[in-house]
Amino acid sequence: MIVRRIAAWIAASALSVGAFLAIQNLLVPKYMSGIYEGALIGEYYAEPRGHDIVFIGDCEVYETVSPVTLWEEYGITSYIRGGPQQLIWHSYYLLKDALKYEKPRVAVFNILSMQYDEPQSEAYNRLNLDGMRLSPEKLEAASVGAMPGESALSYAFPILRFHDRWSELTDDDFTYYASRRHVSVNGYVMRADIKPVGRIPEGRKLADYSFGDKAMEYLDKMRELCEENGVELMLMKAPTIWPHWYDQWEEQTLAYAEKYGLIYVNLLADAEKAGIDFATDTYDAGLHTNVYGAEKCASYLGQIMRDSYGLPDRRGEPETAALWAGKTDYYNKLKSVQEKEFAETGKISTLVLGE
Amino acid sequence: MFFTSEIFIIFLAAVFVGYYTVFRRWQWQFLLAANFVFYALSDAGNLVYIAAAIVTTYFASRRMARLNAELESWAAANPGAAKAETRERRAAVKAKRRVWLVLCLIVNLSALAVVKYAGFAIATANGVRAAFGAEPFQMIDFVLPMGISFFTFQSLGYIIDAYRGKAAKGESFFRLAAFVSFFPQLIQGPISRYSDLSGTLFAPHAFSPEDFREGLFRALCGFFKKLVVADRLFAAIRALTADPAEYPGVYVLVAMIAYAVTLYCDFTGGIDIAIGVARALGVRVAENFNRPFYSVSIADYWRRWHITMGTWFRDYLFYPLSLSKPTQKLLKLTKKTFGPKLGMRVPVYISTAFVWFATGLWHGASWNFIAWGVANGLVIIISQELSPVFAVVTKRFGLGSRTWWTAFRVVRTFWLMSFLRSFDIYANVGATFRAYVSVFSGFGASVARLSAEGLAALGLYTADYVVVGVSVALMALGGHLIHARGFRVSNLPFAGRFALFAAVCLAIVVFGAYGFGYDANQFIYNRF
Repeated sequence: MIVRRIAAWIAASALSVGAFLAIQNLLVPKYMSGIYEGALIGEYYAEPRGHDIVFIGDCEVYETVSPVTLWEEYGITSYIRGGPQQLIWHSYYLLKDALKYEKPRVAVFNILSMQYDEPQSEAYNRLNLDGMRLSPEKLEAASVGAMPGESALSYAFPILRFHDRWSELTDDDFTYYASRRHVSVNGYVMRADIKPVGRIPEGRKLADYSFGDKAMEYLDKMRELCEENGVELMLMKAPTIWPHWYDQWEEQTLAYAEKYGLIYVNLLADAEKAGIDFATDTYDAGLHTNVYGAEKCASYLGQIMRDSYGLPDRRGEPETAALWAGKTDYYNKLKSVQEKEFAETGKISTLVLGE
Repeated sequence: MFFTSEIFIIFLAAVFVGYYTVFRRWQWQFLLAANFVFYALSDAGNLVYIAAAIVTTYFASRRMARLNAELESWAAANPGAAKAETRERRAAVKAKRRVWLVLCLIVNLSALAVVKYAGFAIATANGVRAAFGAEPFQMIDFVLPMGISFFTFQSLGYIIDAYRGKAAKGESFFRLAAFVSFFPQLIQGPISRYSDLSGTLFAPHAFSPEDFREGLFRALCGFFKKLVVADRLFAAIRALTADPAEYPGVYVLVAMIAYAVTLYCDFTGGIDIAIGVARALGVRVAENFNRPFYSVSIADYWRRWHITMGTWFRDYLFYPLSLSKPTQKLLKLTKKTFGPKLGMRVPVYISTAFVWFATGLWHGASWNFIAWGVANGLVIIISQELSPVFAVVTKRFGLGSRTWWTAFRVVRTFWLMSFLRSFDIYANVGATFRAYVSVFSGFGASVARLSAEGLAALGLYTADYVVVGVSVALMALGGHLIHARGFRVSNLPFAGRFALFAAVCLAIVVFGAYGFGYDANQFIYNRF
């Protein structure tokens, strides 16, 4: 009798939890069209491990470096765990999360987000954290960066945030209910359109140019995390004209890098050396580099990384080479499609093949 | 701590586990600790007020108990004492007890008056001073301690019962504290009597699956009412009542209906959570509602809505006032002046008016609530005066047994109450009256506008109205099943029970209006 009762309880509980999870999966945004960026973080888990480099940071990072170029030119494997307006605490916890799955030789942090010391927007928190697997890191990140009124629990159970989508479900919610397609190539979001830099706006004056305490605290944490895991931390600034990168920020970054013996590469300062042409290598007048800029940056960074960290050339590893051949093929096809679209219409609409 | 907050759910889970894990003889002490944890998590800065209410009530009740004991000792030691002496001693003891009662009332009501009404009193005084060109007094803003109206009334009920000799003798300080601070009913009632609550509050409880199940289901229904219906409709009510000039005529009626549904779901939802949580702990709390929208008159409505508040005012204000010496003197005078029939009623009506003024004031420190209270009293007095006419008409046409007549009375009462309730939703008394006037003056134009625009401009989507409509229908069905068919969740087979729990939980999670992007609406009665 008792056994039957327990069995009934277990069966009913399992059914209820199953129904809950099924409905939750239906209601969470799939990010398979429109705002693709929300899908970037989650794609990481489906990738084979063993990257030489993991990039972390905001939108600059997933538009600045082409992992395929790093592979093609240097045989370096890399993955970009970047997200739109990814703040440094997001980056820290995403790196910590990645280190549970693999130990890259180098972690590259795009330094632009040091300007923020407070959470900026719930939407960007979501785009950066929704894709993370449920873990203590995810909950800590949600808790640390919560906007007023945001609940860390809703990151564990996203239905608590997205429950009201029941009245606005789209085809995507059913098409991608069970499995989702990749929207990036190892975290890189390709744009092959061109919009040259026109006017270079002056940076507005700030009351205080110091990086905030919280930002510095997480930079320290990130450095210590890398030290504990035997990972080299490298700092990077993408070659973007806007948002303005102040000299004072540059000085603080240089000082920090010097103090802790970190390599810091400012691709904005080194744009000429990297061969960046702001007339052709940006798709939005200097906010982000396009694929041509990203390939040049990857080419420039790859050399530094090989020289500084002695990263091996893996092109001779058959399994890895086969994997990257597929990625390279997709990358080149997407690039061709986008180039053709841009040539014909002056804009691109295909961000993912198979649309 | 809102009942609808995540922290409350965690707190509740911890209380359930702790309550049924500790030794049974320590259960109520565990609850006492939980009560103060609940209060500290919600409003730690104002713990002093509830502590003061408990300490002063306990102290006064102990003094009364000691006086009674002394009188009993004297009577036991002097069995042959003269009647006159005994009467004299009793009178002296009663006078002393009255002193302690009055002191306790003054302290507790003063605390309530200062924190709740000081700002209102100063603002009113400043209005008068401004008319005479005098300098305004400096405003004092107090943060209203959570649940002060409720725990003060429970304390006062206790001390008045003690004065009347109805309270249990020799109650301990900690028992009184557990009663006054019982967390499920602390912030919006029901307003319990010690004699009603103490039986189950202090009894040891083995875990009862039936009580736990019924209590939990009742609480879930409360969450459903609050989160799915009330909080969803708030947006529309805010839009409709922000400016009566913008939404006149038929929109005022729409606002009245929406507010009737919202207030019902908000308040009964909160009470369902309170009673359900208490039941899950094995504690029986008095019911506060009895299907108020089925009322056939205002008096009937007030016997069905916020029952514990109504009976509190009846027992601790109306009766003492009606039976007081000044009222009795007035009765003699009015009988002499107006004759025995009307003369009998005048003092009752004066007491009624005063009680409703107090009821309005208790609900909130604003002229809106005072006007609301006075209007309720007025309607009740007029109804009472007209009741012989109604009785004659009803009898003459044989309406008493007609269903349509009952339905008409129910609808009439609903609208009458909805009009009175409008004082609660418009910014001030003037705006409420402007809204009333617009119902008659701007009705046609507003109907045309409503037909053209629909209700979508009120901040809700069609889907929201569908959810509200379906929910209200389900609530009506549930109410019918419970009252007419005696439905209880425990009567369902295991699978049906589990499915019902899961369905209600999922409905709350999916259709509830909560989370980021929604305003966190506290329960309306938390404000009181």
